[in-house]
Amino acid sequence: MDTTADLLKTPLHSLHLELGARMAGFAGYDMPIQYKMGVMQEHLHTRANAGLFDVSHMGQILIRAKSGNVRDAALALETITPVDVADLKPGRQRYGLFTNDQGGLEDDFMVANRGEHLYLVVNAACKHDDLKRIKAALSDTCEIEAQFDRGLIALQGPAAEGVLSSYAPKAEDMMFMDVADLEIAGVPVVVSRSGYTGEDGYEISIPAEETDRIARLLLSDDHVAPIGLGARDSLRLEAGLCLYGNDIDETTTPVEANLKWAIQKVRRNGGARQGGFPGADVILSQFDNGASRLRVGLQPAGKAPVRAGAVLFAQETGGEAIGTVTSGGFGPSAGSPVAMGYVPAAMAATGTPIFAEVRGKRLECTVAALPFVPSTYKR
Amino acid sequence: MLKFTEDHEWLKIEGDVATVGITEHAAEQLGDLVFVELPEVGAKLDKGGEASTVESVKAASDVYSPLAGEVTEVNQAIADDPSLVNSDPTGAGWFFKLKLDDAAAANDLMDEAAYKAMIG
Repeated sequence: MDTTADLLKTPLHSLHLELGARMAGFAGYDMPIQYKMGVMQEHLHTRANAGLFDVSHMGQILIRAKSGNVRDAALALETITPVDVADLKPGRQRYGLFTNDQGGLEDDFMVANRGEHLYLVVNAACKHDDLKRIKAALSDTCEIEAQFDRGLIALQGPAAEGVLSSYAPKAEDMMFMDVADLEIAGVPVVVSRSGYTGEDGYEISIPAEETDRIARLLLSDDHVAPIGLGARDSLRLEAGLCLYGNDIDETTTPVEANLKWAIQKVRRNGGARQGGFPGADVILSQFDNGASRLRVGLQPAGKAPVRAGAVLFAQETGGEAIGTVTSGGFGPSAGSPVAMGYVPAAMAATGTPIFAEVRGKRLECTVAALPFVPSTYKR
Repeated sequence: MLKFTEDHEWLKIEGDVATVGITEHAAEQLGDLVFVELPEVGAKLDKGGEASTVESVKAASDVYSPLAGEVTEVNQAIADDPSLVNSDPTGAGWFFKLKLDDAAAANDLMDEAAYKAMIG
């Protein structure tokens, strides 16, 4: 365990302390787990109003093609990701995956075509490995710039549009997964209409030295409350979104993880740019033949939360373990426990009964459609 | 007689029966509870043994038996509505009643002043 002294600080660290946050080490950073409102109320506030999250610990990376043509950078990135980057239009963003030779996942990320360059946001715990991976594969053809000190704020929830538009009117015109250069109080920022809560909202990339001022400005709006990593986790779980390291890791393939949608047809068998990424043989074969296990939603029948690590069984008594819960907890908006985990493909149909072992008892669950709470993206 | 443990439980002792709950400090640290699992009536608990489980949105935590004894009654109301533990931890949010094997053993536990000094 890191001691506090060893932990890195985001540009909002002193603001978190001022707001009375309960802090803890996360991916090497001293981060707010919750504020005075508490996880439950922070979660509900985000779904009803707007929540401000410090996600500055995540890694922001720019990739520029030496040729000056962003398509060359996209094609270079496609050698280490199975997603279609080359057809991503300027001002648009999409979900991406880094794969390994076994078809497993090294990280998940967001990638945007910024016209002149590609802009990536990668997970905090993976960012140094991701940077190495990108440099190793792309340095011949691209300039790679890590912006690991830059600020990143997520503003999420139904009131996010009104709040951000009051400072940057063009935010209102953006659609889900649009990315644009905006200005807030004279500060140039990069804004994407996306997030990790299932709600409409934005992620705002800000120069480090201005991040605190912009965060305070947004928090001065009565609709906005600061939200910690605790509620960020329950929000993303209800939205059915994967947490890297829990729901997906180097041993799970995109097909097993139910992320086939993230790999566009052009990169699959028969596509114009099929394969050509690490683990393509394994992953594309699973597209054609199916995977033996799948990530599914699990709805516990009772009130007891079923958490990550709980072992899954087909029957209430006896039998072999069939899988594991990878994320689970109480869903404040769902009003019940919610979980995700891996089960054999034959048991992945919605409604299939599954039993999760919690404190020696097998609790009944059913395979549930994801998300648990409908998303409200502006499409 | 009101006593406290290092694991943040309180005990109200009347004769050889202790009513047990978690302290206001513990309830605040745990945050909003969403699930409480109570012991069975008739269960024999050891001092320091697991008696109950409480769960918040984020995590599960154990509640330990502060002394050895037999569970004579549980508070079903907190299983039905775990938020009672947050709103009234030392009153309506009690957990269970324990018939103590040795009522004198309670003398070794902290009084309120000692507990308050411990949590600072």
